[in-house]
Amino acid sequence: MTSHDIYLLSPEIAVASLAGLLLLLDLVVRRKDYLGPLAFVGLIVPLALCLLLWLDLDGAGAIPNDGILSGSLVVDRFSLFFKLLLVPVAAAVVLMSGAYARRSGRFEAEFYALVLFSTSGMMLLASSVELITIYVALELTALPIAALAAFMPEGRSSESGLKFLILSGVSSALLLYGMVLVYGFTGSTVLPDIAARIAEVGLDVNLPFGSYALLLGAVLIIAGFGFKITAFPFQMWAPDVYEGAPTSVTAFLSVASKAAGFAVILRVFYVAFPLESLSIEWSAIFAVLAALSMTVGNLIAIAQSNIKRMLAYSTIAHAGYILVGLAAVASRVDSGETDAGPSGVLFYLAGYAVTNLAAFAAVIAVSARTGTDEIAGFAGMYRRAPLLAGVLAFSMISLTGVPPTVGFMAKIYIFGAAVNAGLVWLAVVGVLNSVISAYYYLRVVKVMVLSAPKDETPVTASLPVGAALAVTTAGILAFGLYPTPLIEFARSAVSVLL
Amino acid sequence: MSTEFTGLLSVVVFLPLAVAVVIAVFVKGDRMVRILAGAAALVELALSAVVMLRYDSSKGGVQLVDRIEDWIPIESLEVQYFLGVDGLSAPLVLLTGLLGMAAVFASWGIKHRVREYFVWLLILQTAVMGVFTALDFLLFFLLWELELVPMFFLISIWGSGRREYSAMKFLIYTFLGSAFMLVGILAVFFMTGTFDMTRLPAEIAAAAPIVPIGVLFTLLFVAFAVKLPIFPFHTWLPDAHTDAPTAVSVMLAGVLLKMGGYGMIRVSVTMFPDVISDAAQLLAIFGVINVLYGAVVTMRQTDLKRLIAFSSISHMGYVLIGIAAVSGPEASTGLTGAAMQMFTHGTITGLMFLLVGLVYEKAHTRYIPDLGGLATRMPVLASAFLLAGLASLGLPGTSGFVAEILVFLGAFPAWAWATALSAFGIVITAGYILWMVQRTMFGPMDEKKFGNTRDATVAEMVPIFVLVAAVIGVGVYPSIISDVFAGEMASVAEALQGPGLFALNN
Repeated sequence: MTSHDIYLLSPEIAVASLAGLLLLLDLVVRRKDYLGPLAFVGLIVPLALCLLLWLDLDGAGAIPNDGILSGSLVVDRFSLFFKLLLVPVAAAVVLMSGAYARRSGRFEAEFYALVLFSTSGMMLLASSVELITIYVALELTALPIAALAAFMPEGRSSESGLKFLILSGVSSALLLYGMVLVYGFTGSTVLPDIAARIAEVGLDVNLPFGSYALLLGAVLIIAGFGFKITAFPFQMWAPDVYEGAPTSVTAFLSVASKAAGFAVILRVFYVAFPLESLSIEWSAIFAVLAALSMTVGNLIAIAQSNIKRMLAYSTIAHAGYILVGLAAVASRVDSGETDAGPSGVLFYLAGYAVTNLAAFAAVIAVSARTGTDEIAGFAGMYRRAPLLAGVLAFSMISLTGVPPTVGFMAKIYIFGAAVNAGLVWLAVVGVLNSVISAYYYLRVVKVMVLSAPKDETPVTASLPVGAALAVTTAGILAFGLYPTPLIEFARSAVSVLL
Repeated sequence: MSTEFTGLLSVVVFLPLAVAVVIAVFVKGDRMVRILAGAAALVELALSAVVMLRYDSSKGGVQLVDRIEDWIPIESLEVQYFLGVDGLSAPLVLLTGLLGMAAVFASWGIKHRVREYFVWLLILQTAVMGVFTALDFLLFFLLWELELVPMFFLISIWGSGRREYSAMKFLIYTFLGSAFMLVGILAVFFMTGTFDMTRLPAEIAAAAPIVPIGVLFTLLFVAFAVKLPIFPFHTWLPDAHTDAPTAVSVMLAGVLLKMGGYGMIRVSVTMFPDVISDAAQLLAIFGVINVLYGAVVTMRQTDLKRLIAFSSISHMGYVLIGIAAVSGPEASTGLTGAAMQMFTHGTITGLMFLLVGLVYEKAHTRYIPDLGGLATRMPVLASAFLLAGLASLGLPGTSGFVAEILVFLGAFPAWAWATALSAFGIVITAGYILWMVQRTMFGPMDEKKFGNTRDATVAEMVPIFVLVAAVIGVGVYPSIISDVFAGEMASVAEALQGPGLFALNN
């Protein structure tokens, strides 16, 4: 490991060191309430380092090096896009976590430290180009979340953490099996080498994926990652975990964890299995998963009465929408436009991040006062907290995909990619699903605006939560009216994969 | 292509939105809110009249263009900001201005959550104005969808009866229709590489279809069919109308339904000339069903608002029959008739809902058997009501006559049977309209119930007189509107028949 490697990995190192610093300070400082703001401010360092690295990129979108840690990591536009997304998301989660960290009493520092450790894992995941590194980064991401989910004293919370831990373990096992099969077939764990070996070995055109070993490997890898992104049929854990975990952790899970999951899926499938015939085959798998995730997520969400459970099913549905972008690869083969699908994934993830963070921040502010996550608890919230209710309504409208929100633009962009790839049926399934989703998203709006409140006491957001709300809402509106910079950013990021 | 900017249409579209933002953020008192909204509506009416006057129908084509090309300049999503009017949309802009004004003044008596109410009403007007002027297909869709949210709130908060159910039903139906339209729009884009609606007719004809052209047509048509609405997709309309507040019914019947007809002519006819000619028979059949089914169901209604809602379904059938004329020699007349029917139905039904709203406000019931003899207590309202009724059944001298005669003249050479059957609809219309007017306005009056009712106040009369003037004015001198439509429809019809004749010569 050279000093240049350290420079390249400096954002991850900065995040992990910040976590360590918090733990150390916790031992010596009396006033614990400085820890949250410190974590927030400290995240400026990794953000600045990411920007610095971005400026160092060469024309091809990567930083030339002999391979960080024997070629297991890269720093390129793609990984920096995700780091630039993940660090602000972590900052927003820190802002929203105040009440939960304080409630945990003497473990306040640990709460923030775990969020940061998990973030550093996600950042590594975005940079990994080697299967074992991916696995290790994935575990670094998941284990702190299991602890975070179990952070609250209630039984639900412990159940949530335990469930996450066990199912996460199962999915990791599936992933490892898949990786082993791919390694067995190709003799390499480095993604570009895998692609090269597959090309060398040659594939049997009559078999799916050219060989049963590769087919099984790919399917198991998809299953392992499917858990991360809550795609059907690997979504069973999400509702219980989402409901039981502290709400800021739920937001972290649904936004950051999902983004990291998609980053690694894109990287693995575009780099290791890029052959034209193979991409057609895995795109078919993703198309089916997309259709199922959307439909199952949306249909079950209708029946939910708890807003966190509802958002859990909604996140399953949105995993489906994003998978549409992964399925839309065929245009790579037969037309000049190559990046609509994968750049759609990145654009959608960014749009979904601001929207969902706004929604969760509003839920945190409201339930801090009402003490319940039931949708009925939002009754008449419009009268008790007009601004808060307005923001929550706006984020629901964005999740539905109605203008003028980033959700609308993201939906159009990603379904456009599907149509462009010849997957008109998938686009139709997608838009029908957004109609279904309108019903339950707008029910929340309806309850807030039309139902009579139980009591009239005003509800206000704390300053940090309010700040998170303001920034994310501005993002929803701004990218809904002028998405061009974000789309261009996403396109330049995926250009290194193609 | 270069960036052009006249600015007038941008002001027309975004002025209501800007006022809505001002009201939402700065204005506190209810009185001030009403004054601002009223002023905005009047300015908007004046501006839309300016649009109509500045539109030069002798030149034709798209005018008053506002265009910024690089809004989203990504090759997989090339969206422009592109507004403009042609002979089809200019009168509809005027209609929206008229009814927007009527809607704001009809809402003067709203007491509940006044500020929000006017905010949503003004946003609604921006959305509808935008739909009629947008010439970029994605911008068109964006504005089409934007209308959902204000309508949902307006019906569900200020409505009556089963308002929440009706609002959700309206939303789901419209959203479902536009979901298909989105896929259609995207498919059109990836076929041709442009969202520019002025270039699309030629581009679609030249492009190799990525989905069968009939499927593409259907995806787009469904949204318009729900909006118009066409027979099996109509069930949202009576519910939404009945439970919506007066002003929203005015907007809904007056302009929102026209978005469907406008979309059919602008997209289905202009962009898919071959498919629409093949589908003309189906359109004629559904047109007849709409006219007759709507009229027969209307007969049975006992709620004034529901009655007018069903009569709208019947009247929108004539729009379909006018469009079905595309496969005949008088396509231009039929399309002009369809467009005229949209304009006149907008003014007539807008007026009807306005009057029903006032009657309800004063008599506290819309149940027809309970009403009767109101003419003695409210002579002005009753005369306007009678006039609107007569215009609705197409009495010569009112605008309804002009529209229907054009539809029949256009459709007859192509679909004689459909024309004959739908002409019978007028007889039923005469039946239910006159019967309704007779039962509500004339006959014996219940002194105990309605003894103290008053006629319309001066403020309430303003929108009534404006709309009455529009109904009679267009009836007596139709060419101020119909010439503008006809100029545009002639070129549409020419494009329709062009390839057909060419094919014959070969």
